[in-house]
Amino acid sequence: MAGTHTHALFVHGDSELHRLPASPKLGALGLFVLAVVLTPREAIGAFGVHAGLVLLGAWIAGLKPMFMARRLLIEIPFVLFAIFLPFVGGGERIEVVGLSLSIEGLWGGWNIVAKATLGLAASVVLTATTTVPDILSGLDRLRVPRLITSIAGFMVRYLDVIAGEMHRMRMAMLSRGHNPRWIWQLKAYTASAGALFIRSYERGERVYYAMTARGFTGRIPTFDEKARPADWARALSLPAIAWFAAGWGVVAG
Amino acid sequence: MSIPALEVEGLSYHYPDGTEVLRDASFHIHPGERVALLGPNGAGKTTLVFHLNGIFRPERGSVTVAGLPVEDANLMEIRRRVGIVFQDPDDQLFMPTVRQDVAFGPANYGLEGDELEERVTAALSAVGMLNVADRPPHHLSLGQRRRVAVATVLAMRPEIVVLDEPSSNLDPASRRELAAILTSLEITMLMVTHDLPYALELCPRALVMNEGSIIADGPTKEILSDRDLMKANRLELPMGFDPNLAS
Ligand SMILES: Nc1ncnc2c1ncn2[C@@H]1O[C@H](COP(=O)(O)OP(=O)(O)O)[C@@H](O)[C@H]1O
Ligand SMILES: [Mg+2]
Repeated sequence: MAGTHTHALFVHGDSELHRLPASPKLGALGLFVLAVVLTPREAIGAFGVHAGLVLLGAWIAGLKPMFMARRLLIEIPFVLFAIFLPFVGGGERIEVVGLSLSIEGLWGGWNIVAKATLGLAASVVLTATTTVPDILSGLDRLRVPRLITSIAGFMVRYLDVIAGEMHRMRMAMLSRGHNPRWIWQLKAYTASAGALFIRSYERGERVYYAMTARGFTGRIPTFDEKARPADWARALSLPAIAWFAAGWGVVAG
Repeated sequence: MSIPALEVEGLSYHYPDGTEVLRDASFHIHPGERVALLGPNGAGKTTLVFHLNGIFRPERGSVTVAGLPVEDANLMEIRRRVGIVFQDPDDQLFMPTVRQDVAFGPANYGLEGDELEERVTAALSAVGMLNVADRPPHHLSLGQRRRVAVATVLAMRPEIVVLDEPSSNLDPASRRELAAILTSLEITMLMVTHDLPYALELCPRALVMNEGSIIADGPTKEILSDRDLMKANRLELPMGFDPNLAS
């Protein structure tokens, strides 16, 4: 139960990418994804360049292809509908092994699958080389509002605690003979959701007391190292190539 | 006589719902003392602790820390002087990593760079937890989390450390390790507990609190040996435990 989720995505290592501060990595990821999104779907060559860049990143980080493939599996439910586009799309059609497919639908499906896969794969490289605390302070350095990064940080920190409380409440219900098999027995769950809310609220109050007890006055300090211009230069070299590829795709197409 | 590290004078408080919790509580602690605050559940011990650094304000009475009264104008300095270790380390440790959590207090007081780093290292070394500095708190055992919680207040270099039930829910080994750490710290300490053997082991002096008042104050061994006093305040020693043989 005691979770491992903060490190669930992180892969221990000592690569160049692991050592790079989080903020340039986040900046590079954002710019890369933007370049991918703006690439015209017909610019197959540009997509090849993007894929090459992701593979290069994975290689620098020492991530194995099987690992990347497994992480990409979560994409499947989100792109499933793209598979249907060639069947339901309108316009000109072509025959492929006896199936009549819409050309417009094929392009649409390709566009979604290719862009989603590239974006996700790039994110996998980031999360595998950066811990959650570092990502949060990196976002903070990129001037994401402190309120948002703080809330995200507390969520990560207390997910386990609250899940543990929920688990204990469930066990308490089960051991007093509650056996939720039918939909109308959900009533006990809604009641316990209320109790869980109160408990979490009280927890929040106590955490706030603990924070003020150590001199908190509304601003959470940050501690990560500041990125140097050289870090930014190295991190941004990858999305720079992606932007060239995308631009060339636009001009050529 | 030196200035008391902590002086509580005629403290009274009731919660907004009307529950009267503190009634004219008074005591003081001198620098270097380790004092136990004993009392049954609901005696008002935790409520008292919240008054010591101004999280709650007294209706009547006063709290003074090393000569400085707990008032709005002094709050920041008071909170540096009084280090509170809360009962549940999950309330106390809220930052993503142990290192950041220990740095949180001193950073709020403007410390940064190498100076901050030194504080954090010293505090974590004092509780033997330097090796977990970069782990997230929820990956640690309860005993480890409690030690880190102690480090978070040590890093503020307080005048007095107040611990709310430090031994609760610990297994015997963690309980013993924590005791060794607490006795090794040369710091003024108020330890709230109903773990009586622990109080005897760690604190030469004890206060007994019941229904919001301090009703006894003396050497811990004498207090624990006073059967009538103990019984009247729902304080029970473990079976077969004799305070006169224990230490
Ligand atoms: N937020 C609150 N509102 C109302 N009553 C409270 C609150 N917190 C504690 N109490 C009551 O105050 C009394 C003393 O509580 P507390 O200080 O936690 O005691 P102790 O720490 O000695 O067990 C208890 O009767 C408790 O029910
Ligand atoms: Mg209490």
